[in-house]
Amino acid sequence: MAKRIDVSGLSAYYGSHLAIEDISMTVEPRSVTAFIGPSGCGKSTFLRTLNRMHEVTPGGRVEGKVLLDDENLYGANVDPVTVRRTVGMVFQRPNPFPTMSIFDNVAAGLKLNGSYKKSQLPDIVEKSLRGANLWNEVKDRLNKPGSGLSGGQQQRLCIARAIAVEPDVLLMDEPCSALDPISTLAIEDLIGELKERFTIVIVTHNMQQAARVSDRTAFFNLAAVGKPGKLIEIDETERIFSNPSVQATEDYISGRFG
Amino acid sequence: MSQAANTGIQERPAATASARPSSLSSRALPRWAPLAFAAVAIALGVGTGIAAGWQSRTQWGLVSALLFLVISYIATSVVENRRQAKDRLATSVVWVCFLLAVVPLASLLWTTVSHGAERLDGYFLTHSMAGVLGSEPTGGVYHALIGTLEQVGIATLISAPIGMLTAVYLVEYGKGALAKAVTFFVDVMTGIPSIVAGLFILSIMLMTKTQPSGLMGALALTILMIPVVVRSTEEMLKLVPNELREASLALGVPKWRTILKVVLPTAIGGITTGVMLAIARIAGETAPIMLLVFGSQLINANPFQGAQSSLPFYIWEQYKVGTDQSYDRAWAAALVLIAFVMILNLVARGIARWKAPKTGR
Amino acid sequence: MASTTPIETPPAAPVARQRAGTTSGRVGDKVFLGLSRGSGILLLVIMASIAVFLTYRAALAVSKDEGNFFTTFDWNPAGDPPVFGIAVLLFGTVVSSIIAMAIAVPVAVGIALFISHYAPRKLAAPLAYVVDLLAAVPSIVYGIWGALVLVPYLEGPNLWLDQFFGWTYIFEKTEVGVARSLFTVGILLAIMILPIVTSVSREVFLQVPRMNEEAALALGATRWEVIRLSVLPFGRSGVISASMLGLGRALGETMAVATVLSPSFVISGHLLNAGGGTFAQNIAAKFDEANEYGRDALIASGLVLFVLTLLVNGAARLIIARRKEYSGANA
Repeated sequence: MAKRIDVSGLSAYYGSHLAIEDISMTVEPRSVTAFIGPSGCGKSTFLRTLNRMHEVTPGGRVEGKVLLDDENLYGANVDPVTVRRTVGMVFQRPNPFPTMSIFDNVAAGLKLNGSYKKSQLPDIVEKSLRGANLWNEVKDRLNKPGSGLSGGQQQRLCIARAIAVEPDVLLMDEPCSALDPISTLAIEDLIGELKERFTIVIVTHNMQQAARVSDRTAFFNLAAVGKPGKLIEIDETERIFSNPSVQATEDYISGRFG
Repeated sequence: MSQAANTGIQERPAATASARPSSLSSRALPRWAPLAFAAVAIALGVGTGIAAGWQSRTQWGLVSALLFLVISYIATSVVENRRQAKDRLATSVVWVCFLLAVVPLASLLWTTVSHGAERLDGYFLTHSMAGVLGSEPTGGVYHALIGTLEQVGIATLISAPIGMLTAVYLVEYGKGALAKAVTFFVDVMTGIPSIVAGLFILSIMLMTKTQPSGLMGALALTILMIPVVVRSTEEMLKLVPNELREASLALGVPKWRTILKVVLPTAIGGITTGVMLAIARIAGETAPIMLLVFGSQLINANPFQGAQSSLPFYIWEQYKVGTDQSYDRAWAAALVLIAFVMILNLVARGIARWKAPKTGR
Repeated sequence: MASTTPIETPPAAPVARQRAGTTSGRVGDKVFLGLSRGSGILLLVIMASIAVFLTYRAALAVSKDEGNFFTTFDWNPAGDPPVFGIAVLLFGTVVSSIIAMAIAVPVAVGIALFISHYAPRKLAAPLAYVVDLLAAVPSIVYGIWGALVLVPYLEGPNLWLDQFFGWTYIFEKTEVGVARSLFTVGILLAIMILPIVTSVSREVFLQVPRMNEEAALALGATRWEVIRLSVLPFGRSGVISASMLGLGRALGETMAVATVLSPSFVISGHLLNAGGGTFAQNIAAKFDEANEYGRDALIASGLVLFVLTLLVNGAARLIIARRKEYSGANA
């Protein structure tokens, strides 16, 4: 069930260093929102505040509110473990559990929760692998280790693992940056299909990719190295790439810096 | 909202599948809960201990630890849920492990320091045991100190060059069967028990009719020290970037001068650390000394002839005498030995930190 | 298309490569190579002579042994006829080491996890440092501490074990007296090897790739589940080899056993009773009164200990080698 994300006044720190400052935005459900911006602008940090992964980093801390539908992720009684169950994440480098088989990798999240019937498990795994467009490639070797797959397949395995627990939101942190062009294409197609079911947020270094896959695009920038990253603007992707309202966005997109 | 997401947390305030708005929050124990559990467990443990009249504090501690685990597991599974309870149990077990281990190790250090300090003074460091009876509160460790310094010194003089050269061979020249064999046997040598090294030298002494002396002990220590030096030097040499070697070779400098003037100086900090840690290790060895140096109450500054003593051997000797006075001497010597080893360690680690080449760790 | 996507490659580890220029007739190079290769060969010679000399002296002793070297419950090489055997020593060595491992390995893994994943950040670094320092405390110090401090403290727990677990036979205490038993030796050995096993395990746990842990976290795993899913599988072989290292130390430990154990040449399943012996302890205890033949007999027992530690270390090596092959899988 896709949910809307409402961020207001969010700042994130590493120790005493302010990494991103005062960000407010809305992420629409059942759509793809892309974050673009130069290196170090805090787009990945911001993404990690959306499922409370930022605070896992030593010294990481967050101020502000993130509402998932109407509930604040940073509310008093909220368990970060539950948040991460509800907001799934796919990382830059594919990271399947190296000692587990393909099947166990996909089932890992379900097994953690203990909320499944053993007989359902194969169905859920198959459904998730089909959802990640990986089923046909791996159906004959589900018991082989996940680390034996190619990089692109591993990344799709990680996506299958993330969607197996039926999250409300799927965060993707430069999911294609470690992949070859063909695998990248496969993932991009997949993102197009997944947005029917999930709210998707993707960080990308690659502006063409943002233009291809996203419905809305947010541009992040920082005034100088060492200064906190800020949200410059967020708008329909088409508008951002044709006629952005801020000069800096246009400069970045047309390749004048970054 | 999927079914799985809802059933994951069972003890929600409104535990119905459609309780959407509050689905993220759950009942949680306050942050100070573990401390409270610990306090209750210790109170109960001590209480039971007093009530049941157990003499041993060890029992009080063990009961408290067990109670702590049980209380925190039950409380968490009641207030939160099974998963959180398991997580809490793991955290508690890890803490208990840590405390269980800290107690004996802290006791060891504390006993050594407190007992040792009673007897440790200038007199103790500058007098031997010549003519001292077991029950007399005099005597000192001077002869053993000399013995340790000489034996360890000789062992270092022999094993440092051999160990470093072997490491240079393995890193700079090594390939093929010989290097593989050497690598393998360095590993094997690392595992030799010190008493076996002592027996090896003993077997040579038996065949050559050699009398015990500091040198024999030093030879056994050498066997124990070489593999440690090889390993640490090897690690350090591997950290020297290849670009440095290539830059030097490209200037037409011969390889041996490249190694001596470029590679070794770059790694010298780490190598020194390794050698010092190795010295610290062999300085505490008792078994080979017992077999090969024989032990003596008198000052013998000549490591090549006649029996000597050494610090660890002295501790063993005084322990065996079994009087209060000799126990005091044993503790004082133990303090001297620990101080010696610790200072070597601290200085070595200081050097390592100070001169460290960039590493991935 | 997406061809602008940067592909990250891990930096290559520095590896010593064979370089040109060694073949020239330079004297310096030849001498230096000769010296360093000579050192390597010397090492092999030492290892070979350890094996040869020990075996030779051991053979001298065993050939005159009137008892069976492996099954005799006695150590009397000075007798007429000489009778000695290692049965008691082998039993004592193995049993005390097993007890030590059973206690030390779980606790060490716990402490290692504590330092790597649980302790407050400010506590973790100094703690790791202290553990490393403790690994350097000489065994004779552990020995006198064990004999003078630990033994009295263990009386209470020993009574308990007898009271509640006496039915298991091994914890039945049939003799009255202080706890100078194989069980106490095992506990002391456990305390001794704790720092080294902890130190090595901790390093392995810290090497778990961050992304493996984040994978588990992002699925909504609790801290314990992260450890179970990512840290323990990755660290398993490292922990095993750390344990083997500790086991090697426990098997060959002399002084800590010699100070604590009150030895006797019997094999008893009642581990809380005083008595028994280990290879190293027996050598230390019998050496002073032994004549030349007696010393050969001790050398023979030392040879068995040597072989035992070689087997343990060999096993550890195999496990490490397997891990190296495996760890490249998903780097």
